[in-house]
Amino acid sequence: MPVKTYREAINEALHQAMAEDSSVIVLGEEVSGGAGCDGSRDAYGGVMGVTKGLLPTYGDSRVIDTPITESAIIGAAAGAAQTGLRPVAELMFMDFFGVCFDQIYNQAAKFHYMFGGKAKCPMVIRCTTGAGWRAGAQHSQNLTQMVTMVPGLKVVCPTNAYDAKGLMLQAIQDDDCVIFVEDKILYDTSCEVPDEMYTVPFGEAKYYREGKDLTIVAISNPMHKVLAVADRLEAEGITCDVIDPRTTSPLDEEAILESVEMTGRLVVVDEMTPRCGIASDISSIVAEKAFGSLRAPIKKVTAAHSPVPFAPNLEDAWIPQEADIEAAVRQVLEYAS
Amino acid sequence: MSLDTQEITKPKASTAGMSKQQFLKAYRTMRTIRDFEAKISEQFMKGNIPGFLHLYSGQEAVAAGLCLLLEDDDYVISTHRGHGHCIAKGGDVGGMMKEIMAKQGGLCDGKGGSMHIADFDKGMLGANAIVGGGPPIIVGAALSAKTLGTDRVGVAFGGDGSSNQGTTFEAMNLAVVLKLPAIFLFENNGYGEGTHASYAVGSKDIASRAQGFGMPAYKVDGTDLFAVYEVCKQVVEHCRQGKGPVTIEANVPRFKGHFEGDPQAYRGDGEIERLMKDEDCLVIARKAAIKNKLASAKELDAIDEEIASYINEVTEAALAAPAPGDEELLTNVYSSAY
Repeated sequence: MPVKTYREAINEALHQAMAEDSSVIVLGEEVSGGAGCDGSRDAYGGVMGVTKGLLPTYGDSRVIDTPITESAIIGAAAGAAQTGLRPVAELMFMDFFGVCFDQIYNQAAKFHYMFGGKAKCPMVIRCTTGAGWRAGAQHSQNLTQMVTMVPGLKVVCPTNAYDAKGLMLQAIQDDDCVIFVEDKILYDTSCEVPDEMYTVPFGEAKYYREGKDLTIVAISNPMHKVLAVADRLEAEGITCDVIDPRTTSPLDEEAILESVEMTGRLVVVDEMTPRCGIASDISSIVAEKAFGSLRAPIKKVTAAHSPVPFAPNLEDAWIPQEADIEAAVRQVLEYAS
Repeated sequence: MSLDTQEITKPKASTAGMSKQQFLKAYRTMRTIRDFEAKISEQFMKGNIPGFLHLYSGQEAVAAGLCLLLEDDDYVISTHRGHGHCIAKGGDVGGMMKEIMAKQGGLCDGKGGSMHIADFDKGMLGANAIVGGGPPIIVGAALSAKTLGTDRVGVAFGGDGSSNQGTTFEAMNLAVVLKLPAIFLFENNGYGEGTHASYAVGSKDIASRAQGFGMPAYKVDGTDLFAVYEVCKQVVEHCRQGKGPVTIEANVPRFKGHFEGDPQAYRGDGEIERLMKDEDCLVIARKAAIKNKLASAKELDAIDEEIASYINEVTEAALAAPAPGDEELLTNVYSSAY
């Protein structure tokens, strides 16, 4: 099977969806790039290069470079979704949600319910998250929790290229507004990705590892640090269930609860600020629904409660690292019930 | 009349070439809006309507004049003051009454209410309780029309209040950049809630500000059905021909408060009485139509009577309808599997 990067996998999904369904359009800032300039078009193909090649193939009526105008991008996508198109809007950095949040949570998310089921909003909002690029406080945040809490939205956080393609194709054919969270740290990671179209369903967790001693749940890029820790523990004879929910809304509670009921121990890892985050949410679900199975307190590993700092040493301290994950895991394993 | 005029436009002929049939349709729309709102005001005072009501009374000629030119598959998006837009676009009046009373059979199944009144079968994409929420969405509807190659248009109703919102500016710019068939129709009723437009609209002039975005803009006397119709005819045609977006600023009176129950301490002495006496679009249209032999007083009286009885009928039906079942709480949160 061909090996493709996370970036190539999403690009392929967009190409295939656009080829298959003429109602799929892509819009956003620099999705091709070079509009109105003397040089060439498709100059960027998205600032991360994810939408490269779409403009030459599908033309500027379906690959639409917008001004820097986030509220209008999301509003236009929502209005287009209500009236016959399937827009994939790009918001570049998730940090920019603040500029257009009304159009996301008051408009797109609510059309179906507020209008008695008579409106649909089949749109995808692509965005990037992930600290580590020394990009500072406004280009590094993961705000997945802020959209996960909104009824009407679905939230997808792929951790590998295979899932990224399948989840994107699912997101485009879904009839609701889907927030597609791409971790920029993962763009150059690769794995086997089939050439043909396939979907990965929402609300079905992926087991990266199966074990009996501990459950580790991780969201987005920290998953890869978790796997490194799990592999080290395995060498010591400790095995872990490592679960990637893949979507935070819907959330595969069942997979997490089943695992904790077996292992009795849980560590949850995300790269968000600690209060009201996804790790908190999963912890509360387990405390509420599987309390009797727990043999140790749940441990969360998250980012610090501060904006993302610029200085490399400070940013590294902000990000949950392998050592933090390993320390948490050992603490939970060593807790004597 | 050129498409970039800032002058307040008056119809060339006093009835703007409107046919009798069109006039009767518009008059019927205006009368339905007026009576519908009078009835919900009364029912609100009786405690039969939960929540807030923002009435359109005094502005009817704008919705009626524009919507004469639209088909069911043209799109409009409205504001929190949206009953008139919904009725003019052909929205189901019985379903509206039930919706506003939070009853089964309401247009939004009792989940939207007055501030989210919508009728998607008629291209009415909803009242919107966020001031300035609608313009970006209508840009998307206009984008659909352009991308799908139809000659449909999208109209975002707004007020002097929403004319100051950043979302409105972004929507206007994007509509110009992408040359979309979008119409931004600002009904300047002089008030954003309880603050006057002369204070809040820095340019004092919404139409000229719209021109600054690179689109033609009209100003029109919104109390004159025929003037509205004449302007909208050109504007809708301009959009259908793919020539890009247009703005219309219509000056209208607001007969009622920002919301029902608003004590309106900010109004001038005798202001409302004067507006109702001199600037009632229904009275103005009726007089002009009779004078120009477009309709007789008798014909219009008959319409008035018919509509009064129709509104009573839909009110009784809504009062008698049951509330949504408790099981509806969690239906339609998502369109597809969750």
